[in-house]
Amino acid sequence: MTAAIDTVLQGALLGGLYALFAAGLSLIFGIMRLVNIAHGDLIVLAAYIALVVVQATGIGPIESLAVVVPVMFAIGYVLQRGLLNLTLDRGILPPLLVTFGLSIIIQNVLLEGFSADSRKLQAGAFETASLRLGADLAVGWFPLLIFVTAVAVIAGLQALLYRTRLGRAFRAVSDDPEAARFYGVDNRHLFALAMALALAVVSIAAVFLAVRTNFDPAVGPARLLFAFEAVIIGGLGSLWGTLAGGIILGVAQSVGARIDPAWQLLAGHVAFLLVLVMRPRGLFPRAVD
Amino acid sequence: MASPHTVHAGTRAGRLGALLGAATLLGLLSVPFWAGRADMRLIVEMACFLALAQMWNLMAGYAGLVSIGQQAYVGIGGYALFALAMHGGVPPLLALPLAGLIAALVAVPTAFVVFRLRGAYFAIGTWVVAEVFRLSLAQVTALGGGTGQSLPAAIVRAIAASAEGRDRLIYFTGIALAVGATALVFLLLRSRHGLALTALRDAEGAAESLGVDSFRTRLWVYIVAALGTGMIGALIFLQKLRISPDAAFSVGDWTANVIFIVVIGGIGRIEGPIVGTLVFFALRALLADYGTWYMIVLGAVAVVVMLKAPQGLWGLVADRFDLDFFPVRRLVRGPTP
Repeated sequence: MTAAIDTVLQGALLGGLYALFAAGLSLIFGIMRLVNIAHGDLIVLAAYIALVVVQATGIGPIESLAVVVPVMFAIGYVLQRGLLNLTLDRGILPPLLVTFGLSIIIQNVLLEGFSADSRKLQAGAFETASLRLGADLAVGWFPLLIFVTAVAVIAGLQALLYRTRLGRAFRAVSDDPEAARFYGVDNRHLFALAMALALAVVSIAAVFLAVRTNFDPAVGPARLLFAFEAVIIGGLGSLWGTLAGGIILGVAQSVGARIDPAWQLLAGHVAFLLVLVMRPRGLFPRAVD
Repeated sequence: MASPHTVHAGTRAGRLGALLGAATLLGLLSVPFWAGRADMRLIVEMACFLALAQMWNLMAGYAGLVSIGQQAYVGIGGYALFALAMHGGVPPLLALPLAGLIAALVAVPTAFVVFRLRGAYFAIGTWVVAEVFRLSLAQVTALGGGTGQSLPAAIVRAIAASAEGRDRLIYFTGIALAVGATALVFLLLRSRHGLALTALRDAEGAAESLGVDSFRTRLWVYIVAALGTGMIGALIFLQKLRISPDAAFSVGDWTANVIFIVVIGGIGRIEGPIVGTLVFFALRALLADYGTWYMIVLGAVAVVVMLKAPQGLWGLVADRFDLDFFPVRRLVRGPTP
């Protein structure tokens, strides 16, 4: 029994990380209907930036966020303004294929710069410290921190979207870009801000990923698939749904891994396909697409 | 009284294209009688990529089905060939079409799942499915599990007794697949179904109101593309003589490269994959010494083409000189005065 609770608990905490992967993807889809195939590779890029910062300054990975977040924010703004804005309103092919090309470019640039060796960031004793919940049950402080951060980030994004002027402008361009422009909203600037914000969230996810597991230039696509699955399971356009989707995916992987370690990823994908067959619009759908 | 207007699809460039194509084909068929082993292998590789690109272009360029998961069918075709040859005792060359059929059969239930996703989400959904096949086949120990396996020597000899004979057979099969894939797309688009397809692509609502069933039409395209892709996958791994889940279901090899070929050559045109394949292999030869830079340059070229010339390199040439070697458009000709 305890083993079962442990499996579900660890899976749910892992789901926090997947929700962080997914939040950025969900945000940019919600605001500009852009599906960013390079999302996973941008996560890995942020992890390498954190690695460089940690190695250059000797500060801890969590502290490195003070540099990584603004850098990724800037990259997001420039990327959207300089490149991805050109792909919008031109049908489905340009955004899809341009972000796909970008994905391959980022992977190979990282491969050229950092080789295929796998890396990891060290967060010291905190990484392995755990909170004892019972005789055979304990949760790590680090997975707990990831989960709490995921909840906080999603609550923050939700508040930003529904409580602020910027959020209102975001929702306006999402609902009707033409009308929003008519009222003086600068779409290009807003879309760039949205991507910047998404990549700021990506930075947090990236640092957690880099402390939690090994990474190398080729792990991006798998993170994109996890993020995508969390978004679809949760229901398009719903940020809290994304958290639920992440948790379901994490639990499915954790249960699969408990049965046989080789089944971890397979179990997650199968859970996703089952939801797709039974509830094609996800569990908590919001957007219509 | 009959209408003085006639609908026709032939063009002068089309007849020129047929002539050029026939000449190229004759040249290619003579290759085994004078070229070396390495050249033949390279041409087979080009033929496989051209065929894969035709199948991907049929889906993305004509049916609006942009897939990042066609490696699923390359892998299933390859594995089906190995399974049929090693466990079913089927002669490898006979196993080739069977592998395509198996890929098509797998595509039917798959379509019902991935067709629930639209546009870019369909693209990522197909990728998830390919991952599911890769991870599942890694669990099948009878087919080599995660590390894969080689085709036993006895089966290799069953293709043809001598290495030279095998090379020739594989070479002619490769050419046949590339020509077959190109002809299939061309004939399909010239047919009634092709008209439905282009109508759907250009104006889905209008096409549906005229009785085109968009689900069925797309389903057929998806299945036909899986059939072709499965046969090509079988040939690719028949030539490699070794298969593993990572190689068989590689998104980089069988989908990224193919997408770049089609985008650079010209999406939604039959000449596009041909031009793209030539550019792809030229770039590869040119940048062979620069490792990863080759993929970076390829990705950058594809991004620039998509943004600045979405009709592709062939599109630029064709529009400039009004060339159309594979005429699939219907033109209305008025009465001659």
